[in-house]
Amino acid sequence: MAKNGGAAKASAKPQTLLGYYRDMLLIRRFEERAGQLYGMGLIGGFCHLYIGQEAVVVGMQAAMQPGDQVITGYRDHGHMLACGMEANGVMAELTGRAGGYSKGKGGSMHMFSREKNFFGGHGIVGAQVSLGTGIAFANRYRDNGAVCVAYFGDGAANQGQVYESFNMASLWKLPIVYVVENNQYAMGTSVQRSSSETHLHRRGASFNIPGEEVDGMDVLAVREAGARALKHARTGQGPMLLEMKTYRYRGHSMSDPAKYRTREEVDAVRQHSDPIERLKLRLMEDQVADEAALKEIDREVRAIVSASAEFAQSSPEPDASELMTDIYR
Amino acid sequence: MPKKSYRQAINEAIRQEMRRDPNVIVLGEDVAGGQGSSGGPGKVGSVFGVLAGLYDEFGADRVLDTPITESAIIGTAGGAAMTGLRPIAEIMFADFVGVCFDQIYNQAAKFRYMFGGRAKTPLVIRTTIGAGFRAGAQHSQTLHPLFTMVPGLKVVMPANAYDAKGLMIEAIRDDDPVVFLESKLLYDSDGEVPDEPYRVPFGEANVLREGKDVTVIGTGFMVARAAQVAAELAKSGIQCEVIDPRTTSPFDEDTLIESVQKTGRLVVVDESPPRCGLAADISSIVAEKAFKALKAPIRKVTCPHTPVPFAPNLEDEYMPNPRRIEAAIREVLAA
Ligand SMILES: Cc1ncc(C[n+]2csc(CCOP(=O)(O)OP(=O)(O)O)c2C)c(N)n1
Ligand SMILES: [Mg+2]
Repeated sequence: MAKNGGAAKASAKPQTLLGYYRDMLLIRRFEERAGQLYGMGLIGGFCHLYIGQEAVVVGMQAAMQPGDQVITGYRDHGHMLACGMEANGVMAELTGRAGGYSKGKGGSMHMFSREKNFFGGHGIVGAQVSLGTGIAFANRYRDNGAVCVAYFGDGAANQGQVYESFNMASLWKLPIVYVVENNQYAMGTSVQRSSSETHLHRRGASFNIPGEEVDGMDVLAVREAGARALKHARTGQGPMLLEMKTYRYRGHSMSDPAKYRTREEVDAVRQHSDPIERLKLRLMEDQVADEAALKEIDREVRAIVSASAEFAQSSPEPDASELMTDIYR
Repeated sequence: MPKKSYRQAINEAIRQEMRRDPNVIVLGEDVAGGQGSSGGPGKVGSVFGVLAGLYDEFGADRVLDTPITESAIIGTAGGAAMTGLRPIAEIMFADFVGVCFDQIYNQAAKFRYMFGGRAKTPLVIRTTIGAGFRAGAQHSQTLHPLFTMVPGLKVVMPANAYDAKGLMIEAIRDDDPVVFLESKLLYDSDGEVPDEPYRVPFGEANVLREGKDVTVIGTGFMVARAAQVAAELAKSGIQCEVIDPRTTSPFDEDTLIESVQKTGRLVVVDESPPRCGLAADISSIVAEKAFKALKAPIRKVTCPHTPVPFAPNLEDEYMPNPRRIEAAIREVLAA
């Protein structure tokens, strides 16, 4: 990960940069609030926060075209917000209410939106990689020009079905970009301890899938790499693999005491590589925005998040009859 | 006797067996945890803390963190077991056996029979079961019927701390693949657990409470729920006989049949969907072998035929709860 100030000098219009800043901040504030609601007992079960990794989804989304699809694992709140799903519906799903995207029946890990081309939050590590491959297959079958972006973690990168998918996707030249979010840990196990090849972007080599390592803490670097990979996939050259070097600040889930790493390790990344701080620095340096303008964005974002927290508490529980609906038709 | 939690009881069983037999090893995701990171190794001890401290005592050669790779975890453990090692493989949540079921039911379970008795596979697969954790459809299932229907697997469902220790020791010493299903909701429950090693044999039911009016049978966490309802009903003079089979394979038919011969009534409480499940299986055994003794139709209290819902209000209704159990008991008594 590059240090603050070392942000790629990729060109971008001021309004665009401000948009990325806002989108990342929305995810950050949303996740902070979700963490609070969890602490208050309003959210139960698992809650995997995305704090620290915001540049990955915002950068990728910026490179995508309308019609492109997203699929990911259980650390999915950021992906959904980046896809344009409503904060209200996501937060209300976390609290298990009828107004949630899955009517409260899915929870934090399981939401879906055809409208926004978000094909789910999945709880079985690695499953989304095969499913994403199938989405890409359908794209090619329909010749619709769309590319699927399938996200998975460094830990998931060791599941067998990931490689079974790589092989097929490359064989069939499917329009898919595989994005490994390498945040260096799979629960309490570091990449060094789980992977014989720790440069995960090389994992496609034996399937002839080109890979690239990307500074996942730099939204512009992500966008650039994403654009290259999406173009590659869209132009019939088959899949590409992007390894986003990133870091999760919080525990694996809310119940993780995170004793496997020191406070200092986490603080060092926060201080030196935070994706939002880095973009902020650039915005100020380039005089795209001043402190006041950024505060205004923060206010706007906080209002959205507060409203979602309100909604998530005032939306009713799902009706008891919902237990027996949506099984099959 | 000292009081220990269900979690501690399992830990102690594994620890004592590892001391006794160098062939016993532990592997799985985050069974040690923290290796290679700034906090140092052994910091997780499996997600529910069941294996805490084992890494410190036995080291990285015998407490192995694996990548997230269930097929290879069970395949590797099964292969090592064929040579005489006694691996205890952890699948973090029973739901994840979907990823590695081939290695369980086509491989390990079949070796003894398929190889004409020449092969043995002393493998223990520990995994966790049960809803009630607000963990949603893919982290909450109770999949004992799936294992129970596979010939060659032994399936253990400890319902209290004492049994957890004795059954784990039995599982480790057993020469066949054993699926050891730990109820998440029981981890913090206490019981009297002797310090020394002891075995609880497979296929011997535990009769928690004797009674003449109705037989109530359940497994895992449901045993506590059935016992709780039975204790309540006892106050109004209803005498339930509560049976915990301890293992669903082998299954202690004799104790159950004997009980039904006495009570003439049966309620089966089971935390899993109703179709092709343990409750259906137990009901059919009784219908075949004790039909004449029955004074009322058998009642099953199960989950509905749905995935596990996330919303707390729905999940509480999904699980067999005391209200539903009591209603079923009253219904068979009224018949
Ligand atoms: C098949 C399967 N195995 C194990 C788990 C438990 N589990 C959930 S998340 C996780 C760690 C995954 O780490 P990584 O892929 O790096 O993603 P991150 O959590 O860092 O985003 C594990 C082991 C699971 N949900 N599914
Ligand atoms: Mg990770």
